[in-house]
Amino acid sequence: MKKLVVAVWTWVDDRLGISDLIGPSLKHLVPHDAGWWYVFGSATLVAFIVQVASGVALAFSYVSSSSQAYETLVFITEHAPFGRFLRGLHYFGASAMVLMVGAHMAQTFLFGSYKFPREMNWTTGVLLLGMTLAMGFTGQLLRWDQTAAWSVVVAAEQAGRVPFVGDWLAQFILGGKSIGGATLSRFFAIHVFLVPGCMFAFIALHLWLVLRHGISEPPTPGKRVDRKTYRQEYHDLLQKSGHPFWPDGAWRDFVFGTGLIVAIALLAFFVGPPALDKPPDPSLLDADPRPDWYLLWYFAVLALIPPQWEAYVMILAPAAIGILLLIVPMLHNQGERAASRRPWSIAVVLLSVIMIGSLWIAGARSPWSPNFNAQPLPEKVIGASSGPVFEGGRLFHDKGCLNCHLIQGLGGRRGPDLTFIGNQLTKNDIVIRIVNGGVNMPSFGNSLKPEEIDELVAFLQSRQRTLQAKTP
Amino acid sequence: MNENTSNHQPPCRPLTPEEIVTRRRFFECLSIGMSAICALIIGLPIVGFILAPLFRKSPGQWISLGKVDDFKIGQTVNVTFADPSPLPWAGITAKTAAWLRRENEETFIAFSVNCTHLGCPVRWLADAELFMCPCHGGVYYKDGSVAAGPPPHPLTRYEMRIENGEVKLKSAPIPITTTV
Repeated sequence: MKKLVVAVWTWVDDRLGISDLIGPSLKHLVPHDAGWWYVFGSATLVAFIVQVASGVALAFSYVSSSSQAYETLVFITEHAPFGRFLRGLHYFGASAMVLMVGAHMAQTFLFGSYKFPREMNWTTGVLLLGMTLAMGFTGQLLRWDQTAAWSVVVAAEQAGRVPFVGDWLAQFILGGKSIGGATLSRFFAIHVFLVPGCMFAFIALHLWLVLRHGISEPPTPGKRVDRKTYRQEYHDLLQKSGHPFWPDGAWRDFVFGTGLIVAIALLAFFVGPPALDKPPDPSLLDADPRPDWYLLWYFAVLALIPPQWEAYVMILAPAAIGILLLIVPMLHNQGERAASRRPWSIAVVLLSVIMIGSLWIAGARSPWSPNFNAQPLPEKVIGASSGPVFEGGRLFHDKGCLNCHLIQGLGGRRGPDLTFIGNQLTKNDIVIRIVNGGVNMPSFGNSLKPEEIDELVAFLQSRQRTLQAKTP
Repeated sequence: MNENTSNHQPPCRPLTPEEIVTRRRFFECLSIGMSAICALIIGLPIVGFILAPLFRKSPGQWISLGKVDDFKIGQTVNVTFADPSPLPWAGITAKTAAWLRRENEETFIAFSVNCTHLGCPVRWLADAELFMCPCHGGVYYKDGSVAAGPPPHPLTRYEMRIENGEVKLKSAPIPITTTV
């Protein structure tokens, strides 16, 4: 039997030339000390393969029609065998891909691997990062529920801020003047054909460049990259101490990749895919569109930037970051590679992680959003069951104050916590704030009757440490 | 006659290597040229097809929202209506909504539900007489003017008219806030 298999393989290999094609790639020499730090690139590829496989499977049942996509998603999630698992696989695969591409990029930057002669490795990688994020965003829209439909509008509005061609771009995203039949199918084409096609091409180019220039050796402090001598030094290093990629270098990639797939599968099985929101009916207005976690930090940016800078930050900042990333190797492609000799590189990575992490936390909490679910304050919190303070407490909810302000942990976080406002502002100050409004606070002078203002003021004045300490 | 004519022609100058179109060069130009023509034949309709929705006219149509008496003075209510020219497979995405306010006997205002910041659907808080946006905290007064938050403009208004006792709204695209 073994002889037969070997004979068949020998025949097939002879006719197809498989060994000749991939043999040199598998056996190419890599630095012997390229250890666990080098697994993130292959892990990104593993996540991409998971996405392709699970995406193709989902496409067997998904109908990219604005009127039917939601129903097919319900069917996939609730009725199709393994449907829930596959959706989970696709969601956590996307998350893994974003995480791995970020880790791969940080490692490449810290190791100075983007320097000569691997500048284009970096540049193609940055383009792949952009495509990964584009896949993430368009993928969220294919989850054609209420959040997805409104996210398309948000994307169109953002595109609308691009100078001169904004309106045109917005219509391109919507597939016309508003959400409708043309909206989803164009995102399906972009998500399933256009961007993946580009990704296949760029992944092939990226891998070709890895083979052409070799895997960069771990940096050594004091050993500088010199365009005149680097190639020869690298060649000598491989001849002296390199080992074949397969299997000596590749085993770590397989171990890490397997761990990644197991983690994705476990999350898909136990946590499951993101729940579907309401149907994508644009006339349902109780929507609260949020991006998936990997773009939540940008959601926070859009809320926190000063309005006068918004047009610039919304469009120019991502463009500037993209261009800066693309030209990193052109700015500095020689010299030290070791992070210990390039402390600014550590600072850049740390600051990026801290900045994105902080914005991510802010985006997840989104304190700038009014709390539409605020319930009327209980009597215990108001501290009275009748009279002006009680009526003021009731008005505090009815007039929308509680949507934005906290009272003893209840309400919204958009405005200041007013739990002890009675200790902080005088009666006149409170009246002025209510009637005239303030920074980011509407004026209520025209919508409140004088007696209502009196009751609200009475309630707010009673928000004092001493008074509340006496409240049972 | 022929002899005279040929006698007056300038002597032939030998062609430089750059001026000689070799057979190989001709085939190169032919192949590249044909490829470009093929790309145009295939590519132009594709680009036109993809960009067609941008040039599709959607003239606003007057849509009846109900009888005048159906709406109370001073109230703001949510009205829903259908996109007047949806694609057949639009389904529920062809539905849309507006906030309609009756100011007095004859004046109605209809606001777009889209926040002018980033297009999220604003909600009406009747007791507070405020529109609030769930996304980034934009707040508008009952007349649509900005009360707080990041919106750069008041809520967009629809064209309105009363005809034969019916309140009518002129459909319009999603308002896109542009910079330049």
